[in-house]
Amino acid sequence: MRVEMFTFLLTAAICLGGSLGVVLLRNPVHNALSLVATLFGVAVLFIQQGAYFLAAIQVIVYAGAIVILFLFVIMLLGVDRAEGFDREPILGQRPAAVAAGVAILGLSLTALLSVGARVTGQASTLAAIDGTEPNINALAKVLFTDYVFAFEITSVLLTVAVVGAVVLSRKAGPAIDLAEFPDGTTAALMQAKHEAAFEELESEPEAEAALNTEDETPEGEAEITEEALR
Amino acid sequence: MLALNETWYLVLAAMIFTIGAVGLLTRKNPLVMFMCVELMLNAVNLTFVTFSKALDDIAGQAIVFFVMVVAAAEVVVGLGIIVAIMRRRQGADADDISLMRG
Amino acid sequence: MNLIWLIPCLPLLGFFVLLLAGRKLGDPGAGWWATGVVAASFLVVVKVFFDLLALPAEDRSLTQTLFTWIPSGSFKVSIGFLADPLSILMCLFITGIGALIHLYSIGYMKGDEKFSKFFLYLNLFLASMLLLVLGDNLLLTFLGWEGVGTCSYLLISFWHTDPANASAGKKAFVTNRIGDFGFMLGTFLVWVTVGSINYADIRPAAPMIAAGTATAIALLFFLGAVGKSAQLPLSVWLPDAMAGPTPVSALIHAATMVTAGVYLITRLNPIMAQAGWANDVIAWTGAITALVAASIAIAQTDIKKVLAYSTVSQLGYMFLAVGTQNYVAGIFHMVTHAFFKALLFLGSGSVIMAMSHEQDMRKFGNLRKYLPVTFATFMIGWLAISGIPPLAGFWSKDEVLAGAFNSGPAGPVLWFIGLLVALMTAFYMTRVVIMTFFGSEKWRLTDAPHEAVESADVETSELVTATVAVAAHVDGHDDHHGLSPDHTPQESHWTMTAPLVILAALSIFGGAINLPFGSDFKHLERWLEPTLVFQHELPPVPVLVLLAFAAIAVACLGIFMAYWVYSKHKIAAEKIERPVLAHAWYIDETYAKVAGGPGEAGFQGVADFDGTVVDGAVNGVGVGVLALGNRLRPVQSGLVRSYALGISIGGALLLAFIVTRMNL
Repeated sequence: MRVEMFTFLLTAAICLGGSLGVVLLRNPVHNALSLVATLFGVAVLFIQQGAYFLAAIQVIVYAGAIVILFLFVIMLLGVDRAEGFDREPILGQRPAAVAAGVAILGLSLTALLSVGARVTGQASTLAAIDGTEPNINALAKVLFTDYVFAFEITSVLLTVAVVGAVVLSRKAGPAIDLAEFPDGTTAALMQAKHEAAFEELESEPEAEAALNTEDETPEGEAEITEEALR
Repeated sequence: MLALNETWYLVLAAMIFTIGAVGLLTRKNPLVMFMCVELMLNAVNLTFVTFSKALDDIAGQAIVFFVMVVAAAEVVVGLGIIVAIMRRRQGADADDISLMRG
Repeated sequence: MNLIWLIPCLPLLGFFVLLLAGRKLGDPGAGWWATGVVAASFLVVVKVFFDLLALPAEDRSLTQTLFTWIPSGSFKVSIGFLADPLSILMCLFITGIGALIHLYSIGYMKGDEKFSKFFLYLNLFLASMLLLVLGDNLLLTFLGWEGVGTCSYLLISFWHTDPANASAGKKAFVTNRIGDFGFMLGTFLVWVTVGSINYADIRPAAPMIAAGTATAIALLFFLGAVGKSAQLPLSVWLPDAMAGPTPVSALIHAATMVTAGVYLITRLNPIMAQAGWANDVIAWTGAITALVAASIAIAQTDIKKVLAYSTVSQLGYMFLAVGTQNYVAGIFHMVTHAFFKALLFLGSGSVIMAMSHEQDMRKFGNLRKYLPVTFATFMIGWLAISGIPPLAGFWSKDEVLAGAFNSGPAGPVLWFIGLLVALMTAFYMTRVVIMTFFGSEKWRLTDAPHEAVESADVETSELVTATVAVAAHVDGHDDHHGLSPDHTPQESHWTMTAPLVILAALSIFGGAINLPFGSDFKHLERWLEPTLVFQHELPPVPVLVLLAFAAIAVACLGIFMAYWVYSKHKIAAEKIERPVLAHAWYIDETYAKVAGGPGEAGFQGVADFDGTVVDGAVNGVGVGVLALGNRLRPVQSGLVRSYALGISIGGALLLAFIVTRMNL
């Protein structure tokens, strides 16, 4: 009992410290690292409550993938510069935010810590956590029978998310003139046109240099005629 | 009271949620705002797992499973959007994007 | 087989056929068609009349509902017809006299370029009038009421190329409208009080209406009747309505439309029985109108205007009767008046046609030599209206006066006023007869007085000049009609004289429907009894006989006085024909001054109020909404963080609600 309490308090301190770090620190990289600390703490709490599979998933997916993504974007965009903390452009945002936060916290604590508070939900009869069965088995059983529809939908969701991300981060190519592509044109022809357009873009500096040399000749001709006149 | 029952976890989750909420409202850097959203999601996950243990129902953990999947997908798309917008101008933050103004 | 619906629908059919093919039917085809339709309607009325006679007296009413017109929740109005003794009686003389006047018009309007249009309007008028009397609820009656008003307007300004005629039509319509306002308010009040506007529902519910409400309803409907039946103060339109063709004057402004007010009051007699002093208002208005109009008629030179004021005066008699709750006498006088007034108007039309559209009596004289049939029938009409027994006018007028005599403390005063009016009626009608049919042939004199009446010096707005001009030029035609000194008048076509003869016969024998010699002879009273809640009792027989003799004496006195002045020339006519009477007590001029001066300012004020306050309020709402929108627009700043703040504040409020309100 003592060990559990001690574990809990320590982990809670880590979580809270990490959360405060996410909110209060200035450098985005520091914020990301604080987030990692919080996620680890939450994973420990999962283990303490018997959700072993979820704890593993938390570390692998959240801390291992999502925060890495964050760090990639931070590096890519160079937003490691600190944002301006002294100015708050929206009038009354900060006080109102603090007030809302205090309200939410206070009300939640009132609800949770009031004397008559108790967990009121009905204990499940069908999906009871059986102490004998491993956690992952129980979870898998529920996922693939009761919630299989949601499971499949989430796979679709992930596909859509990937496609969306790819589309969003594409660079815009040269505009396609539809007149060049009447119906029935093969994909190869389109591909060739695309590559030709790209090559033109790349060869532009040489073309510019060629143009510059051509520009000199009219002046030369003018000199010749002037001399001829004299 | 000093026994470790579910109330402790719920209180902790509430605190993490509040800190995440205040952070979302206060910070201007879009990436940090996103991280605060992740904080809130984690607080909710903790709450779900706590209730799953208290009510002896595995469904709570299944929900957390789905929440994590959705959070991952959301982060992917959200960061893609942020990249697409922030690429244009350096040093932009959430307050510069106000095209939806009435 | 319920044929009631045919009664108004046949003239309506006539209207539609004339609308589509009137021009093709032409002169006189359109006229024969219109007359035939009305005659067919008359035959249907006779059939329904006999159907009613076959029923026992208490059940004497037939109804026919065609379809529901307005099914709006609890307010349900259907197109339904109520054929009870009162309405069938009205239909009888409306269609009968209507058919006769249609026949007359074939001859009168011959050669007019708008021949078929005249019959078109006449048929529509008859359809509306029949709808008015046959409707089984107030809204249908109002529909017919408005219809006859419209047709009156169309027919008065039939020769509208002369602006005076158009003005007369407008005047009639506008004055009627003031009355219609009263009708509408009365209908609303009945609806609110009784919950239904069907006559069948009003009758049982009437005793339970509070006295004050019943008085208000009665007065409101009486306002409508005042407008439609040209009583004071809304009598100004009827003399000017003589600008229309003479058959119109005969049909609409003598026999039918103007009696709609009397019909309305009679139809609502259950409410009138509760209305207390409203009945006195009606009786006194009728009496005073009769007096004033008769005094004006003495001094008129246009034959149609004399008859017009005479109509106003006789309508006053009818209202005197219904005001003293002597409904049988009122209806009786309505019927006999229809006979002899139509006769007089048609006769005057015959005279006017013979004299090439000349209407000034100062150019007539000795026409009995040239127009024998017209003369004979006109004389009969003259005797009837003067109240000489045994013609119809005597019986009905006597009953009205007798009923007024014992109608309460002011009864004898009312009776005396009625007696004075009878004296004046006899006087001016004899004057007309003498000037028109006797004496020297004044049109042969080259220095005959010009007919134009000098407008009094009333300056101000054009409204005034137009009103006065209409009052002066009411004959509707130009001054000089080709009435040369060697013009020989000729008797009219048989289509015009046949109706005269028929109406003359009716004027002689029409009194038989309600002779006061005992209940066996009082056919009308027994006939109307089921429709009346209360009928005023006449004085006992000895008093009746005395009153009758007084009436006869007064009539003879009037005839003799006119003979003394106009035939024997013992007293100069100018002493009696005062200018104030000739100018109708300057009523028109007073109205014009009031409406033109302070009235117009008041109306302008109301219009300004509407423009600034009402429109301002409506526009202000729009402007206010726009301003509010502009103020609220900055809330949508496009900034994500302020939106997030809103969401979190909402979430905190929700949480507060849950924590405080729900038992945890």
